[in-house]
Amino acid sequence: MLTLTDLVGLLPLVIVAATAILVMLGITWQRHHSGTAALTVGGLALALMSLPLAWAVSASPPLMMLDGIALMGTVLTLASALAIAAMSPHYLTGYTGPQEEFYLLLLCAVTGALGLVASNHMAMLFISLELLSMPLYGMVAYRFRTERSLEAGIKYLVLSAAATAFLLFGMALLYARTGQLEFGALSAALTPALTGGPDPWMLGGAVLIVVGLGFKLSIMPFHLWTPDVYQGGIAPATLVLATISKLAVFLVLLRLMMVVPAFESEWLRNLISLLAFISMVGGNLLALFQLNLKRLLGYSSIAHLGYLLIAVVVEGPLSVETSGVYLFTYVVATLGAFGVIMHVSSPHHGEDAADLHHYRGLFWRSPWLAAVMTLSLLSLAGIPLTAGFIGKFYIIALGVADSRWWLVGGVVAGSAVGLFYYLRVMVTLYLPEPGSQPRESIEGRHKRVGELTLMVIAVLILLLGIYPVPMIDWMAALARAA
Amino acid sequence: MILLWLILIPFFGGLLCWQAERWGQQAPRWIALGTMLLVLAASLVLWIGGDFSPPGVSESPWLLEWRVPWIPRFGIEIHLAMDGLSLILVALAGLLGALAVLCSWNEIVERVGFFHLNLLFIMSGVVGVFLALDLFLFFLFWEAMLVPMYFLIALWGHSGSPGQTRIRAATRFFIYTQASGLLMLVAILALVFVNYSNTGVMTFSYNALLNANVPDGLAFWLMLGFFIAFAVKLPVVPFHGWLPDAHAQAPTAGSVDLAGILLKTAAYGILRFAIPLFPEQSQAFAPVAMTLGLVGIFYGAILACGQQDIKRLIAYTSISHMGFVLIALYAGSELAMQGAIVIMVAHAFSSAGLFILSGQLYERIKTRDMRLMGGLWGRIPTLPGLTLFFVAASLGMPATANFIGEFMVLFGTFDNAPEVVIIASAGLVLAAIYSLLMMQRVHFGGEYSQGRLAGPDAREYAMMLLLIGLTLAVGLYPQPLLDTTASMVQPVVALFTDSAGLAAQAEEVE
Repeated sequence: MLTLTDLVGLLPLVIVAATAILVMLGITWQRHHSGTAALTVGGLALALMSLPLAWAVSASPPLMMLDGIALMGTVLTLASALAIAAMSPHYLTGYTGPQEEFYLLLLCAVTGALGLVASNHMAMLFISLELLSMPLYGMVAYRFRTERSLEAGIKYLVLSAAATAFLLFGMALLYARTGQLEFGALSAALTPALTGGPDPWMLGGAVLIVVGLGFKLSIMPFHLWTPDVYQGGIAPATLVLATISKLAVFLVLLRLMMVVPAFESEWLRNLISLLAFISMVGGNLLALFQLNLKRLLGYSSIAHLGYLLIAVVVEGPLSVETSGVYLFTYVVATLGAFGVIMHVSSPHHGEDAADLHHYRGLFWRSPWLAAVMTLSLLSLAGIPLTAGFIGKFYIIALGVADSRWWLVGGVVAGSAVGLFYYLRVMVTLYLPEPGSQPRESIEGRHKRVGELTLMVIAVLILLLGIYPVPMIDWMAALARAA
Repeated sequence: MILLWLILIPFFGGLLCWQAERWGQQAPRWIALGTMLLVLAASLVLWIGGDFSPPGVSESPWLLEWRVPWIPRFGIEIHLAMDGLSLILVALAGLLGALAVLCSWNEIVERVGFFHLNLLFIMSGVVGVFLALDLFLFFLFWEAMLVPMYFLIALWGHSGSPGQTRIRAATRFFIYTQASGLLMLVAILALVFVNYSNTGVMTFSYNALLNANVPDGLAFWLMLGFFIAFAVKLPVVPFHGWLPDAHAQAPTAGSVDLAGILLKTAAYGILRFAIPLFPEQSQAFAPVAMTLGLVGIFYGAILACGQQDIKRLIAYTSISHMGFVLIALYAGSELAMQGAIVIMVAHAFSSAGLFILSGQLYERIKTRDMRLMGGLWGRIPTLPGLTLFFVAASLGMPATANFIGEFMVLFGTFDNAPEVVIIASAGLVLAAIYSLLMMQRVHFGGEYSQGRLAGPDAREYAMMLLLIGLTLAVGLYPQPLLDTTASMVQPVVALFTDSAGLAAQAEEVE
């Protein structure tokens, strides 16, 4: 049963859900863009602040597990949501349709993500995943009057539904074999019978679950929706997809691999290694000649998830730590890159300014934006003195420590290929020839908040690259608690 | 602490230059020049005050050392140390950095502040490479100096042919070096984890890893990881694809830095890391390395003869000269290794001189295509004479530093590998051919067009005379240089030859 302690343990989730309801009621009462945004930011910040309290009580609510992984996911989710909510008002200023509902959708998605990272039961996993995905359909298709956005929304909806079907089938197979849905019980029920490893039915179930989650993570070969959805969706929605959705789904996959014995087979690990390898090489290769920055970042995220999968393949506490560090650095860099795209596309006016020519000579128009973009791209490319290098260092260290030479080779090859397109974008920012005219900017509080957020992100990228010790210590502590 | 400042001074100087642009075009130039001279002065003071006699058994081999923990989770430290070799190279970096600022005084007229930011950041990274003793830190500097170099080529380079060739060249440079650098990172990590499983201590410290007991088969691959990273930067022939383009498209300052300093980081890396960390494997690998060096000597020289672009020609001669360095490093004698260091210094002077001169030519006739030159001897006062000096230095004329270096290399290698020396000597003939060919096509022969051109001004004169003076000084009296580096070279040679002796003993026992 749910006790009061459990409720305290779930405080962040409760606060975010309550904020969502408040925002909904607020919108029905009176539309007020700034107010809604402020309420959202406030709720998310409050949830973040309640974390120490929630963590202190060591609660164990039913269907959930509040361990290191859950805390890691909660912090990363809330922090990215906070950044997105802070940068969105400036972007949405020029949107002619309803602006306030965006925040409602964002809060619902965050609620789903918070549940997902803490789930310890197939039912919880499924419900949270849907709660995370449903608002995303709406967010991706937010600008539904333009063809591309609507197309992106429908594409994501259809493929996501297919993925859900795979996921459910996988769960059903596991349930048919064990009669259990709880992760922990699954392992307890199985351990004695597991002398010969999981049988084909269980493996089948595990593979189907990996396929279902792989869709959400856009791992190759389940990536086909990624570029179109990244390009078509409004920038903040894409950002939610790239950060919150991916990190939450990744962490749940990590937990499944760690806890559920059906996933403990060398065969499955080899399969995931293969997926990781083709993701990192293929994602980078496909990104090479993209002319649209959002598409390019979509492909690059495929490659990054490929790198991350190494942490799923390798067992042990170092892999949790690696996941945490890499996710952290990836999320920060992605927030920076998309944040600049949002800022350049603000105020909203039809399509986003995502074509490369919009960014020609950005450094000479607004040096700080270009500097943030450069830092983010360098970080995504894993160049030293940025956060991304620490992440890449961890990934390579993990691969080397476990002697997974093929995967390490994939990381090296993928990084070399990846440099090409990151550098291409980067140098575009500094070319002297002006590209298309910048949009007329609306000065005001929203813009300043957005700029401030970008600055914080940029400083974070540098700081994590130069002095990563606090992050590493924190992640190591979380990994021990996982 | 002064070691840290050697890295930080150019870094902060660079930031200052960037912001100084608002005070006018000249401000960044003077700040950058002052910064580089400060680094040079600091290293000269250290040199004059330093004691470079071989240390006793219990003494530290380092002139200066500074270490603080950085990432304790992995045993990573900020560990900087300086001995004779790194001191020479840091001083060289300071000198060439100042020359790079001077030679772009009139060439770079737009985005001056940002240009000097990049120039100084390169120096910061290079000095870091020469001083870092923690392998993680070394790798960090190794990679960090790529980004500003990339910008230097991509933004201020010449687009030789239509299209974005300078961006292509810059990208190629970056990808070559970064990818090979990642191989080195993998090798470093493998070394660290092997050491960790042997001793239970996670550390990236150079001194600790020197004693890491790596299994034979793995050690060879790790040595190869290091070697490839350095071979790309040196460059050794199959990995040289980035160099001619990067040189041809880079601005003069970029070429000076690239040829004068960046190539030397690779030789330094082999000397400091690849050989001492894996002496036995290096010993076994020596024939291959020497063959690659020979191939480089001939390949670079022959291709240099066929170039139309004067900077490409000089770039190919660099490949040829670095072939000698590679042979010397794997020759396993103190004389040859010292010779390699002399060649590094001499090549820094002569190639910097030639690149600066070709930059000055470009400023006057707006081309680097030798087909459009010819007969310049009669049209420009003094400049052709200066060129003749550096051409003579480049072909190894006695009295220049290059002669001393090549002589020592050939002499020192003869004992262990006479056939290599015999073949390499033929390369000297080719050096004479390409050098004189260049002189002939640029300055002699029929005049391509008419009209007199301006001679060198005071700034250009000063740069050239300084380089000529240094080349002659090292050429006539190299002993101070040799004394400074002797204490660093001897242990490396001892490791190298010891492992050879051990291997021979092992064979006898079997």
